[in-house]
Amino acid sequence: MGTISLIKARKAFGDAIIIPGADLEINDGEFVVFVGPSGCGKSTLLRLIAGLEDLTSGEIRIDGKDVTNVAPAKRGLSMVFQSYALYPHMSVRNNIGFGLKMAGLPKAEINAKVAKAAATLNLTEYLDRKPRQLSGGQRQRVAIGRAIVRQPEGFLFDEPLSNLDAALRVNMRIEIMQLHQDLGATMIYVTHDQVEAMTMADRIVVLNRGNIEQVGTPMELYNHPDTLFVAGFIGSPKMNLVENNTLGIRPEHISLSDNKGDWPGTVMLSEHLGSDTFLHIDAGARGRLTVRAPGENTLGPGSAVWMTPEKSRLHRFDANGRAIHT
Amino acid sequence: MARAISTKRKLIVTVLAWAIGFVIFFPILWTILTSFKMERDAIALPPIFLFFDWTTENYGIVQERSNYFQFAMNSIVLAVGSTFFALVLAIPSAWAMAFAPGKWTKDLLMWMLSTKMMPPVGALIPLYLIFRDFGLLDTRGGIITVLMLLNLPILIWMLYTYFKEIPGEILEASRMDGASLGKELLYVLAPMAIPGIASTVLLNIILAWNEAFWTLSLTTKSAAPLTQFIASYSSPEGLFWAKLSAASTMAIAPILVLGWFAQKQLVRGLTFGAVK
Repeated sequence: MGTISLIKARKAFGDAIIIPGADLEINDGEFVVFVGPSGCGKSTLLRLIAGLEDLTSGEIRIDGKDVTNVAPAKRGLSMVFQSYALYPHMSVRNNIGFGLKMAGLPKAEINAKVAKAAATLNLTEYLDRKPRQLSGGQRQRVAIGRAIVRQPEGFLFDEPLSNLDAALRVNMRIEIMQLHQDLGATMIYVTHDQVEAMTMADRIVVLNRGNIEQVGTPMELYNHPDTLFVAGFIGSPKMNLVENNTLGIRPEHISLSDNKGDWPGTVMLSEHLGSDTFLHIDAGARGRLTVRAPGENTLGPGSAVWMTPEKSRLHRFDANGRAIHT
Repeated sequence: MARAISTKRKLIVTVLAWAIGFVIFFPILWTILTSFKMERDAIALPPIFLFFDWTTENYGIVQERSNYFQFAMNSIVLAVGSTFFALVLAIPSAWAMAFAPGKWTKDLLMWMLSTKMMPPVGALIPLYLIFRDFGLLDTRGGIITVLMLLNLPILIWMLYTYFKEIPGEILEASRMDGASLGKELLYVLAPMAIPGIASTVLLNIILAWNEAFWTLSLTTKSAAPLTQFIASYSSPEGLFWAKLSAASTMAIAPILVLGWFAQKQLVRGLTFGAVK
């Protein structure tokens, strides 16, 4: 089983406090995404769980057992690194089998397990190649193969797709989700890409300056952000914030009309995505708003429009940026 | 036009490179030529470049008078031995500095290098007394220790710059895979750093082979390397240039051959990991 708990986990490098104190419960088999801007401490949090960094104070439990002072390999977790971190001097076969070799498994068993993992990831024909002879996507698969072959309790992914091009990224995203369904193992996935977070996660953990801002399912975070930060981070394009950041409304929750509505404005720019059109509208004192319109929308720059926000979809925030729930 | 200029420039650079190469190589060439001359021709003025009576008798005399192979064996043992033990210490040290740097790592590296700036003669008397009192004078073990300590800073520096180029994530991956520290060094770091380690080893062997100050000061006979072999022809024998040249040629021959075959690695070593 693979539950992971952080209890007042704190990390400081000298005077620099990276994680002031994080509490988090991750359930067995859950796909949890850590998301936040760069420097928010999400990778550090992952590395603390992996055991690659030592906690300054607090506790980490895996499966109920305190692993705070347990070596990385003994925690029953596998990690996929951003740079893939393959062993460049070893063949794909030895890359995948290295962990099993270190665990002292007999050669025949290693070969069988490597062959099985390679088959799962369509790597069988590349087993004798060196990493430099592989494409980016294939290297990524080898890194995942190295992680799954040990049949760990949990997987840790540190921005694994950020080095791939856009098309491949979408494919690998789906492959990782499929892998999660097939293996049923706990997965923690770090990304700065809120689209990856929304599409992949069972639960999202939003981090800001080392603090956990909010934990919830993608739709909870989308519909009920606790803070201004979460409201701005989750959803694309970003939520519109008006009235000194105390009122938020998402681009998709504003209706447009050419003769009546609550807020007048002038179209500045229109972005056509095919399925949708995003209009950037100058709303005078309210600032610049983004509004989602149907793909066929033909309003061009200079057009005068009226905007009406959906009342039930308005988000209100206090002066400290905390959501006011009505 | 552009093509013409570049061809002309190429020619100049090539000629210049050959000229510089020749100037650097000339003393060695002259030594080798002199070793085949009679003493009379060796001191002739103006010097005779190629048209003299070639003879190999100098080599015969040198070998008769002193046992070349004993000196050569000592040189090999001292150079290889000191390099081996220095490597055993330098790999973990460089690993620690490259992948687990502390607050003082940079200062430590600078301090290590600064020890190379002290004139060795400053340490001669204390070291000589230590050697005398511990019975280390003219022993291979004693000289190996001195040569090892002497070159350790350079070894650590070189390995450190090579190790710095290796991404830390790969070592972390091996830790996640359950490699102990020893296995991480053996299976992951060392194979990846082999080109760097090889050029470091080569350079260090050459430095140890040519080291004269300490080997001359602390050995007399049983641990005496080729430096001592050459020196024995310079002072008591006066200016027997031909024999001295023969001895020198014999002393540099092994390292010259090694250097020739390892050119590529050496160049990498001398550029100190600056060029990938």
